[in-house]
Amino acid sequence: MTAIAQIRRNDQPIYLDYQATTPLDPRVLEAMMPYFTYKFGNPGSRSHSYGWEAEEGVEKARGQVAKLIGADEKEVIFTSGATESNNLAIKGVAEFYKDRRNHIVTTVTEHKCVLDTCRHLEQQGFDVTYLPVQKNGLVDLEQLRAAVTDKTVLVSIMAVNNEIGVIQPLAEIGAICREKGAFFHTDAAQAAGKIALDVEAMNIDLMSISGHKIYGPKGIGALYVRRRPRVRLVAMIVGGGQERGFRSGTLPTPLCVGLGEAAEICSNEMAAEAERLTKLRDRMLKGLNAKLPEIYVNGDLDRRIPGNLNISFAHVEGESLMMGIKNLSVSSGSACTSASLEPSYVLRALGVEEEMAHTSLRIGLGRFTTEHEVDTAVDELAHQVTKLRAMSPLWEMSQEGIDIKSIEWAAH
Amino acid sequence: MAYSEKLIDHYENPRNIGSLDKGAEDVGTGLVGAPACGDVMKLQIKVGADGLIEDAKFKTFGCGSAIASSSLVTEWVKGKTIDEAETIKNTDIAKHLALPPVKIHCSVLAEDAIKAAIADYRAKASKKDEPQAAE
Repeated sequence: MTAIAQIRRNDQPIYLDYQATTPLDPRVLEAMMPYFTYKFGNPGSRSHSYGWEAEEGVEKARGQVAKLIGADEKEVIFTSGATESNNLAIKGVAEFYKDRRNHIVTTVTEHKCVLDTCRHLEQQGFDVTYLPVQKNGLVDLEQLRAAVTDKTVLVSIMAVNNEIGVIQPLAEIGAICREKGAFFHTDAAQAAGKIALDVEAMNIDLMSISGHKIYGPKGIGALYVRRRPRVRLVAMIVGGGQERGFRSGTLPTPLCVGLGEAAEICSNEMAAEAERLTKLRDRMLKGLNAKLPEIYVNGDLDRRIPGNLNISFAHVEGESLMMGIKNLSVSSGSACTSASLEPSYVLRALGVEEEMAHTSLRIGLGRFTTEHEVDTAVDELAHQVTKLRAMSPLWEMSQEGIDIKSIEWAAH
Repeated sequence: MAYSEKLIDHYENPRNIGSLDKGAEDVGTGLVGAPACGDVMKLQIKVGADGLIEDAKFKTFGCGSAIASSSLVTEWVKGKTIDEAETIKNTDIAKHLALPPVKIHCSVLAEDAIKAAIADYRAKASKKDEPQAAE
Protein backbone atom coordinates (compact mmCIF):
# COMPACT_ATOMS: atom_id res chain seq x y z
CA MET A 1 0.00 0.00 0.00
CA THR A 2 2.92 2.29 -0.66
CA ALA A 3 1.27 3.80 -3.66
CA ILE A 4 -1.17 5.97 -1.79
CA ALA A 5 0.63 9.19 -2.62
CA GLN A 6 0.26 8.44 -6.30
CA ILE A 7 -3.41 7.57 -5.93
CA ARG A 8 -4.70 10.59 -4.05
CA ARG A 9 -3.35 14.11 -3.90
CA ASN A 10 -3.49 15.75 -0.49
CA ASP A 11 -6.10 18.28 -1.58
CA GLN A 12 -8.53 15.57 -2.71
CA PRO A 13 -11.31 14.20 -0.50
CA ILE A 14 -11.04 10.73 1.00
CA TYR A 15 -12.31 8.27 -1.60
CA LEU A 16 -14.95 5.91 -0.19
CA ASP A 17 -16.82 4.96 -3.33
CA TYR A 18 -14.98 1.84 -4.47
CA GLN A 19 -18.17 0.27 -5.86
CA ALA A 20 -18.48 3.15 -8.32
CA THR A 21 -14.96 2.75 -9.60
CA THR A 22 -11.45 2.08 -8.36
CA PRO A 23 -8.23 3.92 -9.02
CA LEU A 24 -5.81 2.26 -11.39
CA ASP A 25 -3.20 0.35 -9.44
CA PRO A 26 0.21 1.88 -10.28
CA ARG A 27 1.51 -1.64 -11.02
CA VAL A 28 -1.22 -1.97 -13.63
CA LEU A 29 -0.29 1.32 -15.25
CA GLU A 30 3.31 0.19 -15.38
CA ALA A 31 2.33 -3.01 -17.19
CA MET A 32 0.24 -1.03 -19.67
CA MET A 33 2.76 1.65 -20.58
CA PRO A 34 4.81 -0.24 -23.19
CA TYR A 35 1.62 -1.07 -25.09
CA PHE A 36 0.78 2.62 -25.35
CA THR A 37 4.23 3.32 -26.74
CA TYR A 38 6.63 1.00 -28.53
CA LYS A 39 4.53 -2.16 -28.35
CA PHE A 40 1.77 -0.49 -30.32
CA GLY A 41 1.12 -3.26 -32.84
CA ASN A 42 -2.29 -4.61 -33.76
CA PRO A 43 -2.67 -7.97 -32.02
CA GLY A 44 -4.42 -9.16 -35.17
CA SER A 45 -1.35 -8.54 -37.34
CA ARG A 46 0.12 -11.95 -38.06
CA SER A 47 2.84 -10.91 -40.45
CA HIS A 48 5.35 -9.06 -38.27
CA SER A 49 6.83 -8.77 -34.79
CA TYR A 50 4.77 -5.72 -33.82
CA GLY A 51 1.63 -7.80 -34.12
CA TRP A 52 3.16 -10.85 -32.41
CA GLU A 53 4.32 -8.75 -29.48
CA ALA A 54 0.85 -7.21 -29.02
CA GLU A 55 -0.79 -10.59 -29.38
CA GLU A 56 1.51 -12.00 -26.74
CA GLY A 57 0.43 -9.23 -24.35
CA VAL A 58 -3.25 -9.82 -25.04
CA GLU A 59 -3.02 -13.59 -24.67
CA LYS A 60 -1.10 -13.35 -21.42
CA ALA A 61 -3.85 -11.04 -20.13
CA ARG A 62 -6.54 -13.48 -21.24
CA GLY A 63 -4.84 -16.18 -19.20
CA GLN A 64 -4.62 -13.90 -16.17
CA VAL A 65 -8.34 -13.15 -16.31
CA ALA A 66 -9.14 -16.84 -16.79
CA LYS A 67 -7.04 -17.79 -13.78
CA LEU A 68 -8.97 -15.38 -11.55
CA ILE A 69 -12.23 -17.24 -12.18
CA GLY A 70 -11.02 -20.79 -12.70
CA ALA A 71 -11.65 -20.76 -16.45
CA ASP A 72 -9.68 -21.76 -19.52
CA GLU A 73 -8.14 -18.83 -21.39
CA LYS A 74 -9.99 -19.80 -24.55
CA GLU A 75 -13.24 -19.07 -22.75
CA VAL A 76 -12.48 -15.40 -22.08
CA ILE A 77 -13.36 -12.68 -24.54
CA PHE A 78 -12.58 -9.01 -24.16
CA THR A 79 -15.33 -6.39 -24.30
CA SER A 80 -15.60 -2.70 -23.49
CA GLY A 81 -16.85 -3.37 -19.96
CA ALA A 82 -19.41 -5.17 -17.86
CA THR A 83 -22.33 -3.36 -19.47
CA GLU A 84 -21.36 -4.70 -22.87
CA SER A 85 -20.64 -8.14 -21.42
CA ASN A 86 -24.09 -8.25 -19.83
CA ASN A 87 -25.76 -7.10 -23.02
CA LEU A 88 -23.86 -9.63 -25.10
CA ALA A 89 -24.45 -12.52 -22.72
CA ILE A 90 -28.18 -11.97 -22.31
CA LYS A 91 -29.12 -10.81 -25.80
CA GLY A 92 -26.66 -13.19 -27.44
CA VAL A 93 -28.00 -16.30 -25.70
CA ALA A 94 -31.64 -15.23 -26.00
CA GLU A 95 -31.30 -14.59 -29.70
CA PHE A 96 -29.42 -17.83 -30.46
CA TYR A 97 -31.78 -20.19 -28.65
CA LYS A 98 -35.05 -18.33 -29.18
CA ASP A 99 -36.65 -21.06 -31.28
CA ARG A 100 -36.30 -23.58 -28.46
CA ARG A 101 -36.53 -21.54 -25.27
CA ASN A 102 -37.74 -17.99 -24.78
CA HIS A 103 -37.83 -17.44 -21.03
CA ILE A 104 -35.30 -15.56 -18.88
CA VAL A 105 -35.11 -15.42 -15.10
CA THR A 106 -33.42 -12.54 -13.30
CA THR A 107 -33.88 -10.54 -10.08
CA VAL A 108 -35.24 -7.09 -9.31
CA THR A 109 -31.96 -5.93 -7.77
CA GLU A 110 -29.80 -6.45 -10.85
CA HIS A 111 -27.78 -3.60 -12.30
CA LYS A 112 -29.71 -1.35 -14.68
CA CYS A 113 -27.86 -2.73 -17.69
CA VAL A 114 -29.21 -6.22 -16.99
CA LEU A 115 -32.74 -5.00 -16.23
CA ASP A 116 -32.80 -2.77 -19.28
CA THR A 117 -31.52 -5.59 -21.51
CA CYS A 118 -34.30 -7.83 -20.17
CA ARG A 119 -36.92 -5.13 -20.79
CA HIS A 120 -35.61 -4.82 -24.32
CA LEU A 121 -35.99 -8.56 -24.83
CA GLU A 122 -39.52 -8.47 -23.40
CA GLN A 123 -40.42 -5.98 -26.10
CA GLN A 124 -39.07 -8.49 -28.61
CA GLY A 125 -41.43 -11.14 -27.30
CA PHE A 126 -39.33 -12.95 -24.69
CA ASP A 127 -40.80 -13.77 -21.28
CA VAL A 128 -38.86 -12.48 -18.31
CA THR A 129 -39.38 -13.36 -14.65
CA TYR A 130 -38.05 -10.76 -12.20
CA LEU A 131 -37.57 -12.56 -8.91
CA PRO A 132 -37.91 -10.58 -5.69
CA VAL A 133 -35.16 -10.78 -3.08
CA GLN A 134 -35.43 -11.43 0.63
CA LYS A 135 -35.00 -8.76 3.28
CA ASN A 136 -31.26 -9.47 3.38
CA GLY A 137 -30.95 -8.91 -0.38
CA LEU A 138 -30.47 -12.58 -1.29
CA VAL A 139 -32.53 -14.55 -3.75
CA ASP A 140 -34.79 -17.28 -2.35
CA LEU A 141 -33.53 -20.54 -3.90
CA GLU A 142 -36.90 -22.27 -3.72
CA GLN A 143 -38.50 -19.36 -5.55
CA LEU A 144 -35.75 -19.58 -8.12
CA ARG A 145 -36.24 -23.32 -8.56
CA ALA A 146 -39.95 -22.78 -9.06
CA ALA A 147 -39.37 -20.02 -11.59
CA VAL A 148 -37.05 -21.99 -13.89
CA THR A 149 -39.03 -24.05 -16.40
CA ASP A 150 -38.23 -26.12 -19.47
CA LYS A 151 -38.70 -22.92 -21.44
CA THR A 152 -36.01 -21.06 -19.49
CA VAL A 153 -32.93 -20.45 -21.59
CA LEU A 154 -31.03 -18.24 -19.16
CA VAL A 155 -30.87 -17.33 -15.51
CA SER A 156 -29.03 -14.05 -14.96
CA ILE A 157 -28.27 -13.27 -11.33
CA MET A 158 -25.54 -10.91 -10.19
CA ALA A 159 -22.76 -12.28 -8.01
CA VAL A 160 -22.48 -9.21 -5.79
CA ASN A 161 -24.87 -6.31 -5.63
CA ASN A 162 -23.40 -2.92 -6.48
CA GLU A 163 -25.33 -0.99 -3.82
CA ILE A 164 -25.44 -3.30 -0.83
CA GLY A 165 -22.53 -5.66 -1.56
CA VAL A 166 -24.41 -8.87 -0.75
CA ILE A 167 -23.12 -12.10 -2.26
CA GLN A 168 -25.69 -14.34 -3.94
CA PRO A 169 -25.43 -18.12 -3.37
CA LEU A 170 -23.77 -18.73 -6.73
CA ALA A 171 -22.97 -22.42 -6.37
CA GLU A 172 -26.56 -23.22 -5.35
CA ILE A 173 -27.96 -21.14 -8.21
CA GLY A 174 -25.56 -22.84 -10.62
CA ALA A 175 -26.68 -26.27 -9.45
CA ILE A 176 -30.35 -25.42 -10.00
CA CYS A 177 -29.62 -24.09 -13.49
CA ARG A 178 -27.59 -27.15 -14.43
CA GLU A 179 -30.32 -29.45 -13.16
CA LYS A 180 -32.98 -27.59 -15.16
CA GLY A 181 -30.91 -27.21 -18.31
CA ALA A 182 -30.82 -23.42 -18.28
CA PHE A 183 -27.65 -21.41 -18.76
CA PHE A 184 -26.39 -19.44 -15.78
CA HIS A 185 -25.05 -15.96 -16.38
CA THR A 186 -23.69 -13.87 -13.54
CA ASP A 187 -22.76 -10.20 -13.57
CA ALA A 188 -19.57 -10.39 -11.52
CA ALA A 189 -18.50 -6.76 -11.95
CA GLN A 190 -18.52 -6.24 -8.16
CA ALA A 191 -17.43 -9.76 -7.28
CA ALA A 192 -14.42 -10.61 -9.41
CA GLY A 193 -11.21 -9.97 -7.56
CA LYS A 194 -13.11 -9.47 -4.30
CA ILE A 195 -14.34 -13.00 -3.58
CA ALA A 196 -13.18 -16.38 -4.82
CA LEU A 197 -15.00 -17.36 -8.01
CA ASP A 198 -14.80 -20.70 -9.78
CA VAL A 199 -16.84 -21.19 -12.92
CA GLU A 200 -16.51 -24.96 -12.64
CA ALA A 201 -17.45 -25.39 -9.00
CA MET A 202 -20.28 -22.88 -9.35
CA ASN A 203 -21.59 -24.14 -12.71
CA ILE A 204 -21.39 -20.68 -14.22
CA ASP A 205 -21.84 -20.58 -18.00
CA LEU A 206 -21.34 -16.87 -18.61
CA MET A 207 -19.70 -14.25 -16.42
CA SER A 208 -19.29 -10.51 -16.88
CA ILE A 209 -16.21 -8.75 -15.55
CA SER A 210 -15.27 -5.08 -15.44
CA GLY A 211 -11.74 -3.67 -15.51
CA HIS A 212 -12.26 -0.49 -13.54
CA LYS A 213 -13.85 -2.21 -10.55
CA ILE A 214 -10.67 -4.22 -9.93
CA TYR A 215 -8.07 -1.43 -10.09
CA GLY A 216 -7.71 -1.86 -13.85
CA PRO A 217 -8.48 0.64 -16.61
CA LYS A 218 -11.90 1.92 -17.64
CA GLY A 219 -13.19 0.91 -21.06
CA ILE A 220 -12.32 -2.78 -20.80
CA GLY A 221 -14.14 -5.80 -19.48
CA ALA A 222 -14.45 -9.46 -20.21
CA LEU A 223 -17.08 -12.07 -20.78
CA TYR A 224 -16.49 -15.66 -19.83
CA VAL A 225 -18.29 -17.99 -22.25
CA ARG A 226 -18.25 -21.68 -21.37
CA ARG A 227 -16.92 -24.06 -24.03
CA ARG A 228 -17.90 -27.39 -22.48
CA PRO A 229 -20.86 -27.76 -22.59
CA ARG A 230 -20.75 -25.13 -25.24
CA VAL A 231 -22.69 -21.90 -24.90
CA ARG A 232 -23.51 -20.21 -28.17
CA LEU A 233 -24.17 -16.54 -28.71
CA VAL A 234 -25.29 -14.28 -31.50
CA ALA A 235 -22.71 -11.51 -31.70
CA MET A 236 -23.82 -7.91 -31.39
CA ILE A 237 -20.78 -6.34 -32.99
CA VAL A 238 -19.76 -8.02 -36.22
CA GLY A 239 -16.83 -7.40 -38.53
CA GLY A 240 -13.34 -8.87 -38.47
CA GLY A 241 -14.35 -11.87 -36.42
CA GLN A 242 -12.02 -11.23 -33.49
CA GLU A 243 -12.69 -12.88 -30.13
CA ARG A 244 -13.96 -16.15 -31.64
CA GLY A 245 -16.44 -14.10 -33.64
CA PHE A 246 -18.29 -13.05 -30.50
CA ARG A 247 -16.97 -9.51 -30.57
CA SER A 248 -15.35 -7.97 -33.60
CA GLY A 249 -13.06 -4.97 -33.45
CA THR A 250 -9.35 -4.46 -32.91
CA LEU A 251 -8.46 -5.25 -29.32
CA PRO A 252 -7.27 -2.30 -27.23
CA THR A 253 -3.98 -3.94 -26.29
CA PRO A 254 -2.99 -1.64 -23.39
CA LEU A 255 -6.42 -2.00 -21.81
CA CYS A 256 -6.39 -5.79 -22.19
CA VAL A 257 -2.94 -5.93 -20.62
CA GLY A 258 -4.17 -3.68 -17.81
CA LEU A 259 -7.17 -5.87 -17.11
CA GLY A 260 -4.93 -8.92 -17.08
CA GLU A 261 -2.44 -7.38 -14.68
CA ALA A 262 -5.28 -6.17 -12.44
CA ALA A 263 -6.71 -9.70 -12.37
CA GLU A 264 -3.29 -11.17 -11.59
CA ILE A 265 -2.82 -8.80 -8.63
CA CYS A 266 -6.29 -9.70 -7.33
CA SER A 267 -5.54 -13.42 -7.63
CA ASN A 268 -2.40 -12.96 -5.55
CA GLU A 269 -3.66 -10.52 -2.95
CA MET A 270 -7.39 -11.22 -2.62
CA ALA A 271 -7.24 -13.28 0.57
CA ALA A 272 -5.01 -10.88 2.50
CA GLU A 273 -6.91 -7.91 1.13
CA ALA A 274 -10.28 -9.31 2.21
CA GLU A 275 -8.97 -9.77 5.72
CA ARG A 276 -7.63 -6.22 5.86
CA LEU A 277 -10.83 -4.70 4.46
CA THR A 278 -13.05 -6.69 6.81
CA LYS A 279 -11.12 -5.23 9.74
CA LEU A 280 -11.47 -1.72 8.34
CA ARG A 281 -15.17 -2.15 7.70
CA ASP A 282 -15.79 -3.53 11.17
CA ARG A 283 -13.81 -0.64 12.60
CA MET A 284 -15.94 1.84 10.71
CA LEU A 285 -19.23 0.26 11.72
CA LYS A 286 -18.14 -0.03 15.34
CA GLY A 287 -17.04 3.60 15.33
CA LEU A 288 -20.32 4.80 13.86
CA ASN A 289 -22.42 2.71 16.21
CA ALA A 290 -20.51 4.09 19.18
CA LYS A 291 -21.24 7.67 18.15
CA LEU A 292 -24.65 7.50 16.57
CA PRO A 293 -27.94 5.90 17.62
CA GLU A 294 -30.48 4.70 15.04
CA ILE A 295 -28.25 3.70 12.17
CA TYR A 296 -29.10 0.60 10.17
CA VAL A 297 -27.05 -1.53 7.79
CA ASN A 298 -28.97 -2.44 4.63
CA GLY A 299 -28.44 -5.95 3.29
CA ASP A 300 -26.90 -9.01 4.87
CA LEU A 301 -23.76 -8.09 6.81
CA ASP A 302 -22.22 -11.57 6.81
CA ARG A 303 -22.84 -12.62 3.22
CA ARG A 304 -21.28 -9.45 1.91
CA ILE A 305 -18.05 -8.34 0.27
CA PRO A 306 -15.66 -6.83 2.81
CA GLY A 307 -15.45 -3.41 1.16
CA ASN A 308 -19.09 -2.36 1.30
CA LEU A 309 -21.33 -0.71 3.84
CA ASN A 310 -24.77 0.64 3.06
CA ILE A 311 -26.17 2.48 6.03
CA SER A 312 -29.41 4.33 6.71
CA PHE A 313 -28.90 7.26 9.07
CA ALA A 314 -32.48 7.62 10.28
CA HIS A 315 -34.06 11.08 9.94
CA VAL A 316 -31.20 12.60 7.93
CA GLU A 317 -31.62 12.92 4.19
CA GLY A 318 -28.76 11.39 2.21
CA GLU A 319 -27.91 14.23 -0.11
CA SER A 320 -27.78 16.83 2.62
CA LEU A 321 -25.49 14.49 4.49
CA MET A 322 -23.20 14.13 1.50
CA MET A 323 -23.09 17.92 1.11
CA GLY A 324 -21.89 18.15 4.69
CA ILE A 325 -19.17 15.52 4.57
CA LYS A 326 -17.13 17.50 2.09
CA ASN A 327 -13.94 15.62 2.79
CA LEU A 328 -15.51 12.23 1.98
CA SER A 329 -16.54 10.89 -1.42
CA VAL A 330 -19.40 8.44 -0.98
CA SER A 331 -22.67 7.86 -2.81
CA SER A 332 -26.26 7.97 -1.73
CA GLY A 333 -29.27 5.70 -1.99
CA SER A 334 -31.36 8.80 -1.79
CA ALA A 335 -32.81 9.97 -5.04
CA CYS A 336 -32.06 13.59 -4.58
CA THR A 337 -28.74 13.28 -6.32
CA SER A 338 -30.39 12.08 -9.48
CA ALA A 339 -33.05 13.54 -11.70
CA SER A 340 -35.56 10.78 -10.96
CA LEU A 341 -36.32 11.71 -7.32
CA GLU A 342 -37.09 8.04 -6.67
CA PRO A 343 -35.04 6.43 -3.93
CA SER A 344 -32.92 3.38 -4.70
CA TYR A 345 -34.86 0.50 -6.25
CA VAL A 346 -32.44 -1.93 -4.65
CA LEU A 347 -33.20 -0.73 -1.12
CA ARG A 348 -36.92 -0.65 -1.93
CA ALA A 349 -36.67 -4.28 -3.09
CA LEU A 350 -35.33 -5.24 0.35
CA GLY A 351 -38.45 -3.74 1.85
CA VAL A 352 -36.59 -0.69 3.21
CA GLU A 353 -39.21 2.03 3.72
CA GLU A 354 -38.95 4.96 1.34
CA GLU A 355 -38.16 7.40 4.13
CA MET A 356 -35.32 5.15 5.28
CA ALA A 357 -34.05 4.71 1.72
CA HIS A 358 -33.73 8.50 1.53
CA THR A 359 -31.33 8.43 4.47
CA SER A 360 -28.88 5.87 3.14
CA LEU A 361 -25.27 6.16 2.10
CA ARG A 362 -23.12 3.64 0.28
CA ILE A 363 -19.61 3.58 1.68
CA GLY A 364 -17.05 1.65 -0.34
CA LEU A 365 -13.65 0.72 1.05
CA GLY A 366 -10.83 -0.58 -1.08
CA ARG A 367 -7.20 -1.31 -1.69
CA PHE A 368 -5.95 2.17 -0.83
CA THR A 369 -8.21 2.86 2.14
CA THR A 370 -6.27 3.38 5.36
CA GLU A 371 -7.21 3.08 9.01
CA HIS A 372 -6.66 6.81 9.38
CA GLU A 373 -9.12 7.49 6.57
CA VAL A 374 -11.71 5.25 8.22
CA ASP A 375 -11.32 7.08 11.53
CA THR A 376 -11.58 10.47 9.83
CA ALA A 377 -14.71 9.31 8.01
CA VAL A 378 -16.33 8.10 11.22
CA ASP A 379 -15.69 11.46 12.90
CA GLU A 380 -16.99 13.49 9.98
CA LEU A 381 -20.08 11.34 9.53
CA ALA A 382 -20.93 11.41 13.23
CA HIS A 383 -20.46 15.16 13.40
CA GLN A 384 -22.60 15.87 10.35
CA VAL A 385 -25.37 13.40 11.18
CA THR A 386 -25.65 14.90 14.66
CA LYS A 387 -25.79 18.41 13.20
CA LEU A 388 -28.47 17.50 10.66
CA ARG A 389 -30.54 15.58 13.19
CA ALA A 390 -30.61 18.71 15.34
CA MET A 391 -32.37 20.44 12.47
CA SER A 392 -34.56 17.51 11.40
CA PRO A 393 -38.26 17.73 12.28
CA LEU A 394 -38.45 13.94 12.00
CA TRP A 395 -35.68 13.45 14.54
CA GLU A 396 -37.48 15.90 16.85
CA MET A 397 -40.72 13.94 16.50
CA SER A 398 -39.04 10.61 17.07
CA GLN A 399 -37.35 12.00 20.22
CA GLU A 400 -40.76 13.19 21.42
CA GLY A 401 -42.10 9.71 20.84
CA ILE A 402 -44.33 10.66 17.93
CA ASP A 403 -44.75 7.88 15.39
CA ILE A 404 -43.97 9.41 12.02
CA LYS A 405 -46.23 6.90 10.34
CA SER A 406 -49.20 8.16 12.39
CA ILE A 407 -49.09 11.49 10.59
CA GLU A 408 -51.01 11.97 7.38
CA TRP A 409 -48.35 13.33 5.06
CA ALA A 410 -49.31 15.03 1.84
CA ALA A 411 -47.29 13.36 -0.90
CA HIS A 412 -45.86 15.88 -3.29
CA MET B 1 -24.07 19.34 -8.96
CA ALA B 2 -22.62 22.79 -8.39
CA TYR B 3 -24.58 24.95 -6.00
CA SER B 4 -24.54 28.73 -5.60
CA GLU B 5 -22.58 30.38 -2.81
CA LYS B 6 -25.79 31.66 -1.24
CA LEU B 7 -27.26 28.18 -1.13
CA ILE B 8 -24.14 26.67 0.39
CA ASP B 9 -23.99 29.48 2.96
CA HIS B 10 -27.58 28.77 4.06
CA TYR B 11 -26.88 25.04 4.18
CA GLU B 12 -23.69 25.42 6.20
CA ASN B 13 -24.91 28.24 8.43
CA PRO B 14 -28.65 27.76 8.55
CA ARG B 15 -30.53 30.70 10.13
CA ASN B 16 -33.23 30.30 12.74
CA ILE B 17 -33.10 26.58 13.40
CA GLY B 18 -35.34 25.55 16.22
CA SER B 19 -38.89 25.26 17.46
CA LEU B 20 -41.45 27.64 18.93
CA ASP B 21 -44.24 26.56 21.25
CA LYS B 22 -46.77 25.18 18.80
CA GLY B 23 -49.53 25.45 21.42
CA ALA B 24 -49.05 29.20 21.84
CA GLU B 25 -51.81 31.38 20.37
CA ASP B 26 -49.39 33.76 18.68
CA VAL B 27 -47.49 30.94 16.94
CA GLY B 28 -48.45 29.48 13.59
CA THR B 29 -46.96 26.11 12.56
CA GLY B 30 -46.67 24.70 9.05
CA LEU B 31 -45.57 21.10 8.52
CA VAL B 32 -45.33 20.20 4.85
CA GLY B 33 -43.80 17.52 2.65
CA ALA B 34 -43.56 13.80 3.33
CA PRO B 35 -40.75 11.57 4.64
CA ALA B 36 -41.32 9.13 1.79
CA CYS B 37 -40.60 11.90 -0.71
CA GLY B 38 -37.40 12.85 1.09
CA ASP B 39 -38.51 16.33 2.19
CA VAL B 40 -40.26 17.50 5.34
CA MET B 41 -40.28 21.14 6.45
CA LYS B 42 -41.56 22.52 9.71
CA LEU B 43 -41.81 26.30 9.68
CA GLN B 44 -43.12 28.36 12.58
CA ILE B 45 -43.93 32.06 12.89
CA LYS B 46 -44.56 34.12 16.00
CA VAL B 47 -46.75 37.15 15.38
CA GLY B 48 -46.45 40.20 17.62
CA ALA B 49 -49.29 42.42 18.92
CA ASP B 50 -48.47 44.88 16.14
CA GLY B 51 -49.26 42.24 13.53
CA LEU B 52 -45.65 41.81 12.45
CA ILE B 53 -43.85 38.47 12.39
CA GLU B 54 -41.35 38.89 15.19
CA ASP B 55 -39.75 35.44 15.07
CA ALA B 56 -39.53 32.51 12.72
CA LYS B 57 -37.99 29.07 13.21
CA PHE B 58 -37.57 26.01 11.03
CA LYS B 59 -36.53 22.41 11.02
CA THR B 60 -36.06 20.56 7.74
CA PHE B 61 -35.44 16.97 6.70
CA GLY B 62 -34.34 17.14 3.10
CA CYS B 63 -31.55 17.83 0.68
CA GLY B 64 -29.28 20.86 0.90
CA SER B 65 -31.60 22.89 -1.33
CA ALA B 66 -34.57 22.18 0.94
CA ILE B 67 -32.60 23.21 4.02
CA ALA B 68 -31.38 26.40 2.32
CA SER B 69 -34.86 27.28 1.01
CA SER B 70 -36.42 27.01 4.45
CA SER B 71 -33.56 28.87 6.13
CA LEU B 72 -33.94 31.69 3.60
CA VAL B 73 -37.69 32.11 4.09
CA THR B 74 -37.34 32.35 7.87
CA GLU B 75 -35.09 35.35 7.22
CA TRP B 76 -37.48 36.84 4.71
CA VAL B 77 -40.66 36.62 6.77
CA LYS B 78 -39.27 38.27 9.90
CA GLY B 79 -40.54 41.83 10.28
CA LYS B 80 -43.25 41.35 7.66
CA THR B 81 -46.99 41.32 8.23
CA ILE B 82 -48.59 37.96 7.56
CA ASP B 83 -50.23 39.41 4.45
CA GLU B 84 -46.82 40.46 3.15
CA ALA B 85 -45.27 37.11 4.06
CA GLU B 86 -48.00 35.38 2.14
CA THR B 87 -46.86 37.03 -1.09
CA ILE B 88 -43.44 35.31 -1.04
CA LYS B 89 -43.24 33.24 -4.19
CA ASN B 90 -41.31 30.04 -4.78
CA THR B 91 -39.79 31.65 -7.87
CA ASP B 92 -38.21 34.35 -5.69
CA ILE B 93 -36.66 31.67 -3.47
CA ALA B 94 -35.45 29.64 -6.44
CA LYS B 95 -33.97 32.73 -8.07
CA HIS B 96 -32.24 33.96 -4.93
CA LEU B 97 -30.58 30.58 -4.31
CA ALA B 98 -30.06 29.81 -8.02
CA LEU B 99 -31.70 26.41 -7.57
CA PRO B 100 -31.06 23.94 -10.38
CA PRO B 101 -34.23 22.79 -12.21
CA VAL B 102 -34.46 19.44 -10.39
CA LYS B 103 -34.51 21.32 -7.07
CA ILE B 104 -37.33 23.77 -7.84
CA HIS B 105 -39.71 21.61 -5.78
CA CYS B 106 -37.70 22.58 -2.68
CA SER B 107 -38.67 26.23 -3.15
CA VAL B 108 -42.30 25.22 -3.76
CA LEU B 109 -42.23 23.35 -0.48
CA ALA B 110 -40.82 26.40 1.33
CA GLU B 111 -43.63 28.56 -0.07
CA ASP B 112 -46.15 25.92 1.05
CA ALA B 113 -44.58 25.92 4.50
CA ILE B 114 -45.08 29.68 4.99
CA LYS B 115 -48.64 29.46 3.71
CA ALA B 116 -49.36 26.56 6.06
CA ALA B 117 -47.88 28.40 9.04
CA ILE B 118 -49.95 31.50 8.23
CA ALA B 119 -53.12 29.42 7.80
CA ASP B 120 -52.49 27.78 11.19
CA TYR B 121 -51.96 31.17 12.83
CA ARG B 122 -55.15 32.56 11.28
CA ALA B 123 -57.17 29.51 12.33
CA LYS B 124 -56.01 29.98 15.92
CA ALA B 125 -56.75 33.71 15.80
CA SER B 126 -60.29 33.22 14.47
CA LYS B 127 -61.04 30.58 17.12
CA LYS B 128 -59.91 33.07 19.73
CA ASP B 129 -62.25 35.71 18.27
CA GLU B 130 -65.35 33.54 18.00
CA PRO B 131 -66.30 33.14 21.67
CA GLN B 132 -65.65 36.84 22.20
CA ALA B 133 -68.07 37.72 19.40
CA ALA B 134 -70.71 35.48 20.94
CA GLU B 135 -70.65 37.30 24.24
